Amino acid sequence: SVFVLICRNYKGDVDMAEIDHFLPLLLQQEEEGLLSPAITRGNVHFLWIKHSNLYLVATTNKNSNAALVYAFLYKLVEVFTEYFKELEEESIQDNFVVVYELLDELMDFGFPQTTDSKILQEYITQEGNKLEVAKSKVPTTVTNAVSWRSEGIKYKKNEVFIDVIESINVLVNANGSVMSSDIVGSIKLKTMLSGMPELRLGLNDRVLFTLTGRDKGKSVAMEDVKFHQCVRLSRFENDRTISFIPPDGESELMSYRINTHVKPLIWIESVIERFSHSRVEIMVKAKGQFKKQSVANNVEIKVPVPSDADSPKFKTSTGHAKYVPEKNLVVWTIKSFPGGKEFLMRAHFGLPSVENDEKEAKPPITVKFEIPYFTVSGIQVRYMKIIEKSGYQALPWVRYITQSGDYQLRTNS
Amino acid sequence: GNLSIILNYFFAGEIFELKAELNSDKKEKKKEAVKKVIASMTVGKDVSALFPDVVNCMQTDNLELKKLVYLYLMNYAKSQPDMAIMAVNTFVKDCEDPNPLIRALAVRTMGCIRVDKITEYLCEPLRKCLKDEDPYVRKTAAVCVAKLHDINAQLVEDQGFLDTLKDLISDSNPMVVANAVAALSEIAESHPNSNLLDLNPQTINKLLTALNECTEWGQIFILDCLANYTPRDDRESQSICERVTPRLSHANSAVVLSAVKVLMKFMEMLPKDLDYYGTLLKKLAPPLVTLLSAEPELQYVALRNINLIVQKRPEILKHEMKVFFVKYNDPIYVKLEKLDIMIRLASQANIAQVLAELKEYATEVDVDFVRKAVRAIGRCAIKVEQSAERCVSTLLDLIQTKVNYVVQEAIVVIKDIFRKYPNKYESVIATLCENLDSLDEPEARAAMIWIVGEYAERIDNADELLESFLEGFHDESTQVQLQLLTAIVKLFLKKPTETQELVQQVLSLATQDSDNPDLRDRGYIYWRLLSTDPVAAKEVVLAEKPLISEETDLIEPTLLDELICHIGSLASVYHKPPSAFVEGSRGVQHKRLPPRSGSPEGAHSGGAAIPEAVPAVIPSQGDLLGDLLNLDLGPPTTGVAPAPTSAMQMGAMDLLGGGLDSLVGGAALNCNCQTLGWYFLPHLQVWLLAMKAKGLEIAGTFSRRGGVIHMELSLTNKAMSVMTDFAIQFNRNSFGLAPAGPLQVLTPLSPNQTTEVSLPLSTVGPVMKMEPLNNLQVAVKNNIDVFYFSCLYPISILFVEDGKMERQVFLATWKDIPNENEAQFHIKDCHLNSDAASSKLQSSNIFTIAKRTVDNQDMLYQSIKLTNGIWVLAELRLQAGNSNYTVSGVLERERYRF
Repeated sequence: SVFVLICRNYKGDVDMAEIDHFLPLLLQQEEEGLLSPAITRGNVHFLWIKHSNLYLVATTNKNSNAALVYAFLYKLVEVFTEYFKELEEESIQDNFVVVYELLDELMDFGFPQTTDSKILQEYITQEGNKLEVAKSKVPTTVTNAVSWRSEGIKYKKNEVFIDVIESINVLVNANGSVMSSDIVGSIKLKTMLSGMPELRLGLNDRVLFTLTGRDKGKSVAMEDVKFHQCVRLSRFENDRTISFIPPDGESELMSYRINTHVKPLIWIESVIERFSHSRVEIMVKAKGQFKKQSVANNVEIKVPVPSDADSPKFKTSTGHAKYVPEKNLVVWTIKSFPGGKEFLMRAHFGLPSVENDEKEAKPPITVKFEIPYFTVSGIQVRYMKIIEKSGYQALPWVRYITQSGDYQLRTNS
Repeated sequence: GNLSIILNYFFAGEIFELKAELNSDKKEKKKEAVKKVIASMTVGKDVSALFPDVVNCMQTDNLELKKLVYLYLMNYAKSQPDMAIMAVNTFVKDCEDPNPLIRALAVRTMGCIRVDKITEYLCEPLRKCLKDEDPYVRKTAAVCVAKLHDINAQLVEDQGFLDTLKDLISDSNPMVVANAVAALSEIAESHPNSNLLDLNPQTINKLLTALNECTEWGQIFILDCLANYTPRDDRESQSICERVTPRLSHANSAVVLSAVKVLMKFMEMLPKDLDYYGTLLKKLAPPLVTLLSAEPELQYVALRNINLIVQKRPEILKHEMKVFFVKYNDPIYVKLEKLDIMIRLASQANIAQVLAELKEYATEVDVDFVRKAVRAIGRCAIKVEQSAERCVSTLLDLIQTKVNYVVQEAIVVIKDIFRKYPNKYESVIATLCENLDSLDEPEARAAMIWIVGEYAERIDNADELLESFLEGFHDESTQVQLQLLTAIVKLFLKKPTETQELVQQVLSLATQDSDNPDLRDRGYIYWRLLSTDPVAAKEVVLAEKPLISEETDLIEPTLLDELICHIGSLASVYHKPPSAFVEGSRGVQHKRLPPRSGSPEGAHSGGAAIPEAVPAVIPSQGDLLGDLLNLDLGPPTTGVAPAPTSAMQMGAMDLLGGGLDSLVGGAALNCNCQTLGWYFLPHLQVWLLAMKAKGLEIAGTFSRRGGVIHMELSLTNKAMSVMTDFAIQFNRNSFGLAPAGPLQVLTPLSPNQTTEVSLPLSTVGPVMKMEPLNNLQVAVKNNIDVFYFSCLYPISILFVEDGKMERQVFLATWKDIPNENEAQFHIKDCHLNSDAASSKLQSSNIFTIAKRTVDNQDMLYQSIKLTNGIWVLAELRLQAGNSNYTVSGVLERERYRF
């Protein structure tokens, strides 16, 4: 059933009853194949996102900043998820008082305000009664220039954990040529540092190396870099220094994109032969195109099969193949896939004599994997300097991992 | 029935219980009761009956309880305005609470209580909070000013809150600055000409400093505000750009897009040979590409904006084709948008890859996407000449798939390819003809018939093919009928001996058996041509057709420039100016790019940017009607510099005679009404009758608002079928009036539906003297046909705002103008005194320069300036106690010879 779980009218210029038109319009668009994230009815615009089975809908009758609206809706999901673990019907209903409080703190008159959940948790809590004292003060952080970290944080042992995660996006054509490929990297921090530490992160950034006249041999050219609010952007623009006061706990410090031709780390060759009214024969060959010393973990190769296929039979040289009929897929799982190795999977399906004459979609083969201790781009954390006025010694820890991103190989079938 | 009565009964019991709990002595019980009330409110129950009891709980030191009560208040105050007064005292008190959280809460809630009666009481508390020592309270108070302004603008101005808000731009706290900027921008939107933001180099500097320190959202407010500023010169423009570019590295996509907006706008002022200009271009591409890794909705916003950016500055993304390749799991709205951008970026360098991709897409299952992919292949063929052959062979492959809608789309685009490259690909006609029977869509049938008619001499059985269509002639759509008529006439002119019977058959079907006036008209024209002068018929029917242009679906340049100023907003998502979808924004000035570098200041009217080498905008392919429209009216007027008026032979009397009387008449008309507080609003006149335009009725009028001329149109569909694809063009006219954007009809116009459109006009179109002078010939096109009508506009829409002549200049000019340039009118029954008349006329941009009273006679001396720079001076004589006016007008022609 469909109903409004909770709503907040920030400006009073859109009638609250307008929301009743939203879902019928959405369903109509869906039916016509013209789904759009912005739906108009009269002079009201619905900007929506979907999170599991909830719709988060913003309404406006102005020429609003649409990018801001969607970014805010996603931020809302993030904050609610951090507050209630899951954002779902029940968590909203059980916590409606906090939800109202949050809605008022997150946005005022249509202007987003404080959206950092860590800071919000300092003065809006679910256990209202118990924390009466703490709650009755606005943390100065809210309006500070450093709006993401409060003062007075204390740790016995001061440590920072740095995760460098690279996702490989690949699109391979049916004839085996790589249509597009790129690397999207992300540097995540888990900061457990006391006080207000000043951090500086050193990477083997090619632009920096060029600026400082260093050897360019082992540097990496980042096409585009995006930073967390905490990083001083003008400083980076001037001399490529990544300097910041980190948020406490977990955060994504930066992400980058490298637009190089990446050799697909796991290469797939497939032959899918369809014999009408009788059977489908599938042969998939997977090859690890990375260093012998490395191992890809939890490899999942998903191969599409026709929706009317039946009686599957498999043969694999390693790992395990499984038919997932509700998704029309064969999933071939290989727990551990060493570099340089090659494996084979054969599948056989029956086809009904009376065939579905509706044209079927041609989904690509997709691959999922993780390769630890390794980055494709060769990016390295050269140093992490940590300076706090109390002068403590802090330890930075670094970990590298490469994983599949959007990894698609089109098939001929 | 019964059930609801029982429910109500139980609910009444609940209310009663809650009432008791709310009035309990125990704090905890009270709070739980309020929570229950709010819970009921959330699920939509009406708990307004508890208003006094809940408000009684307001006086509490429990913050959570207070928040709940405030929440309740915001919800029900409007329905209980008298009781809302009860809350005022607590607000005032709470605004002085030692706890800043409570002060802020009070000031935040106050503004949300939209009850006129109590707003006055809130001014003092708000004034204090705006100067509060705690920034949390100040930032909340800043927003409250915008809230209050929304309820009672006058009050906010009288109380001087706007000045306080302006002062907050210099606040030491970045969040306060950001909210003040947001509030001021919001208020300024409803006061387009107030110069409220008062952006100058000093404030800009403050904003740029705050930009580095405030939250991501604050950065967006500031960037959106910066985008409204026009730098004084290219150096200032560059220095702002330099300070904005670091924002391109922000993780929040909305910050990035707002920064892109500022840069795209200010770039306009940078000389293209400047090194920095090139640097900036290079800096823009990577962040735009990265936006495509964002969440799908943000990707969509990004793609719609990239679509604009690619049209405005193709060089930015010309090497980034690959990132727009469609992924299997992209949502459909992302897929369609990527496809569109791919075609815009297609060039000789990347066409092979693009074609391979398009062919792949054309075999997918999503019908809309596949159709668009097939069309795209045709667009590539037309755009990249070297690829045409490959495109045609790809299309033939697709036709071999025999998938019905693929075949039909392919035939439609092949027709366009034939038009672009005549006599080149006729070898494929045989293959096309094989698929004749499977065509069931009018557009595809019409395209096929066009091909057969056009190449009749090379198709042996052209007559048989066309004859086969003729059997169900009356069941065909108009599009097909018209095409069939023309095709058979072409066939006859090419092979007269064998096809005489066929042509007679079609002429008789068209002229005698059809109810469609267009079809009949066209049939008669052919008939007469063929019977009187076959040679002429050949010249007309087989005339060489103009080539179709290579770029299709381009956004009209003025609109494109306006949309660039709205990057990131809904306007950029819809590709429509805000005036087309925001109520009450009609008077708001359209945003414009700053004047381009290199153009001397003021050389172009209004400084609107005119991109060089503007590709001609042609309607979407396959649209013969569009070509007709172009043929008849000459090229579209986009980007044309104002035509010199010197070539015109415009008589002075003409202007006065043809124009002024109607204006003064209008003014006279409403003299009586003025005293009653009415304003003159010309009635909509019916310009195009439905019976003459296949069911489309157009009524309209003209207006001048915020310095912009508007054609206010009301389109009514009186036909049985839906109307779409509206477009409008003007013929050359006396004052160069031309649409400043496309005709924005938001949704298809259903039968019996009326839509109001406000079309902004520019005066930089081609000029030709009309008879009468204020005559305007208009062509309106929709999916059905092209229609023509003419209408008269009141000359007063041409009177510009800066038409007040210097006193001295006026005197000198008045004397210098020869007598034959003078005309005189009498206006009767106008019961206005001279002051009222003067102020009334001023609202139409007729300015009083001086007033004299001689012999009980008031004389007003007035000046008017027309959009083309011509001055009109007038003397208005008014006998006291007499309701008759005498007007003497003179037309200055010394400085502007024509």
